[in-house]
Amino acid sequence: MTAIYSFHGGIHPEEHKTESNTSPIQAIPLPPRLILPVSQHIGAPAKPLVSIGQRVLKGELIAHADGPLSAAVHASSSGYVTAIEPRLIAHPSGLSDMCIVIETDGRDEVMSTMPHPDWKSYDVHELIRLIRDQGIAGLGGAGFPSAYKLNSDGIHTLIVNGVECEPYITADDRLMRERSELLAQGIHILQHITGAQNVLIGIEDNKPEATEAVQTACKQQDWKVISIPTKYPSGGEKQLIELLTGQQVPRGKIPADLGIVCQNVATAAAIAQAVIKGQPLTSRITTLTGACIADKGNYEVRLGTPVEYLLKYGGYSREQNQKVIMGGPLMGFILPNLEVPVVKTTNCILAPSKTELTSDARSQACIRCGHCAEVCPASLLPQQLYWYAKSQNHEQLKAHNLADCIECGACAYVCPSALPLVQFYRAAKAEIKEKSIEQRHADIAKARFEARQERLERDATEREATRAARKAEAKAKAQQDSRFAGEEDPVQAAIERAKAKKARLQQYGEPDIANSKLEELKAKLERAKFGLEQAKANGKEEKVLTALSASVQRLERLLHSEQASQTQEPFE
Amino acid sequence: MTQQQTSSPHLRAARSTEEIMLRVLLALMPGIIAMAHFFGAGVFTNIIGACIAAVLCESLCLRLRDRPLLLYLKDYSAVVTAVLLALALPPYSPWWLITIGTVAAIALAKHIFGGLGSNPFNPAMVGYVVLLISFPVQMTQWTAPSSLAANPGVWDSLLAMIGSEAYDAVTMATPLDLLKQNDGFMVSALWQQYPQFGRFSGVGWEWINLAFLAGGVWLLQQKIFTWHAPVGMLAVLGLMSALFYDGGSSSSGGSPLFHWLSGATMLGAFFIVTDPVSGATSNLGRLIFGALVGLLVYCIRVWGSYPDAVAFAVLLMNFAAPFIDYYTQPKPYGYQARDTDK
Repeated sequence: MTAIYSFHGGIHPEEHKTESNTSPIQAIPLPPRLILPVSQHIGAPAKPLVSIGQRVLKGELIAHADGPLSAAVHASSSGYVTAIEPRLIAHPSGLSDMCIVIETDGRDEVMSTMPHPDWKSYDVHELIRLIRDQGIAGLGGAGFPSAYKLNSDGIHTLIVNGVECEPYITADDRLMRERSELLAQGIHILQHITGAQNVLIGIEDNKPEATEAVQTACKQQDWKVISIPTKYPSGGEKQLIELLTGQQVPRGKIPADLGIVCQNVATAAAIAQAVIKGQPLTSRITTLTGACIADKGNYEVRLGTPVEYLLKYGGYSREQNQKVIMGGPLMGFILPNLEVPVVKTTNCILAPSKTELTSDARSQACIRCGHCAEVCPASLLPQQLYWYAKSQNHEQLKAHNLADCIECGACAYVCPSALPLVQFYRAAKAEIKEKSIEQRHADIAKARFEARQERLERDATEREATRAARKAEAKAKAQQDSRFAGEEDPVQAAIERAKAKKARLQQYGEPDIANSKLEELKAKLERAKFGLEQAKANGKEEKVLTALSASVQRLERLLHSEQASQTQEPFE
Repeated sequence: MTQQQTSSPHLRAARSTEEIMLRVLLALMPGIIAMAHFFGAGVFTNIIGACIAAVLCESLCLRLRDRPLLLYLKDYSAVVTAVLLALALPPYSPWWLITIGTVAAIALAKHIFGGLGSNPFNPAMVGYVVLLISFPVQMTQWTAPSSLAANPGVWDSLLAMIGSEAYDAVTMATPLDLLKQNDGFMVSALWQQYPQFGRFSGVGWEWINLAFLAGGVWLLQQKIFTWHAPVGMLAVLGLMSALFYDGGSSSSGGSPLFHWLSGATMLGAFFIVTDPVSGATSNLGRLIFGALVGLLVYCIRVWGSYPDAVAFAVLLMNFAAPFIDYYTQPKPYGYQARDTDK
């Protein structure tokens, strides 16, 4: 048994797991329409490969991964592409994103797959590419492209995350109970790819059945199945790493820098399916739960299935103005609309009754009780962050490490004053990000300006140099000419004249410049007078007229004084 | 169908600010009962008077600040402030003294700074210090404990409260006063000379302090606050009195037990120093904050010109709280290298 470490903070909310984890995973029938966003993962959106009207088969690649930090998208059933357009997607912002819409034809025809039962004989990089092309992204909730994580050297520890610490969600629980063999195969592949000697499988101790199933499936291996105490957010990647290894991922580094790779159990199972059976990611297990759902449980849902369809199948009884949450009650977000599709990261659809979760109580003043700091898994001071976020004190927010907030919501969960702390932090983070983008733009503009100045100076010196060269040439030529003509050098004479004039000017000031100043003032005065007339004609406000006439008077005064000073000059 | 947007988390623990305040009030009960046992009904008249004044003053301030009355009144913070102030006042205080103190606490110390959560100083202690400086005579007349002189009855308490001259309570110097004014007596001789001294500290005072300690420990068990500030204060107060006990000589500052169980020590340690609003933020900060309060309490009690010092010590440390916060910010995740095995 490996020692279990602990991490700072954490909370113990009511688990609500039994509502959905007692029945086996069920399949959802084929919906008439599938909406597949090209961005179901973190990173670059996938690039659509299909055109409108095209017939696609289940498992057919419809958008390919664009770069290493991306994941492909596949059709989750057969049918016709009817639209490639921005649609409302499952995102807290309520924004639209590019989606490929497929009208299913009911035949569910599957594209021929290419299984790799002999995956062990494949090159590691080939396997990584395969995982990327099969569209695997972190199914735990973050949606990080799995291939990207696996593409690192020096890994000694593979952590398999079966913690599932958020209340209500039991998708991984059921997966571990029912598909532990597949999971074990997935872990095999992951171990092969990463070359990790240690495999640690972390499961919260509120899932004894799952733990047992995984232990049975992994009996032959020297992997360690570790039961960890139930505490939210133990399933956070950084928290789980600390729990199992006692190490903290240093700031600005990634787990791979410590030789650790972390993958979710559902992701591992999907990888097994993708590699061994050659099946791309076209469905996932989603928990459907909450008091408004009649048939609570876990469902194998095709990616792209509208939430509305899933809810209907689960016997959803809608309450007035009641919210539906994608994800869990602590980190999930309220769906802007029920037409949004289930995506790779949708581990739960929660339809609570009005009284089930906390009603939107009115916030009271922060009394700095500090309960938030006690539960913060990042060891931050949420109460201080709150004050600074409220006063938009970005400097202090940075000094108090706002960026390290993982938005787990533990602080807001315990806050006796019901402050929406996470909302404040999200807004502040967005502000800081925007500001840094602005700053970058400003820096770029400054650099560009400086480069231009430099170029202009360089050009000027170059011109000066050519001029000097030409001058020297002309002089040489003139000397030659004069030698032949025996006359006075005209160039030299001109220079002499210019010098004499310059000396005179230095003695008595520069009438030309003064004159031009006078001209300029006159022109300005004319313009101001004209403007005043115009304004009068257009019936402008009194204030405007007064300002204009004041400027006319000022210019007149300036002109007079200028003229007066010039009359004293000896040249006039 | 469009739905309303609110940010996660959608789940919250049930504990609310009013619940915290009510628990604090409940935890004060043993101490209040002990005080009433030794000093009589005047403790209750103090509390009732202060509560009425506090709720009225709070309502007025909220109205002036255009804040919803009910929402803020039901957080019970004004009542907690009033009770803490009332317990710090000598029993049988006249109504005007109570009212001035309460108004100073609620209006001056709290609402002027922006209401609950924004006050840099502990409101009850501000109220107390305003009274102590303005009305030193009334503020230093402590009733004699019941075992030394009969406590006034309820009727006399009410008379005292309306400021009637018809009744004058029997007052005596408190043990802290006696020790401060001690001139040439060994501690043991002092103990024999004055009946106000009990087993460890003053008659009655030791039980009152133990009762407040019990309430405080209950709050600690309820996780209303952390142990850092009270332990810091009591530890340093004990350390200082042990250092300067001087074998009980005539210049002794009194034993650790005497200081722990005298005056407002336990009330201060568990109900004043733990005030989160005006104290330090992090656990280390709270420990330092409490420790320095303990240090100041001892210094003022023994070498200063006031017999008890909790209020001054707390207010002085309230000044220092932001400074302590600045230097005690905890290291977030990923900033410390912890037993790295490779």
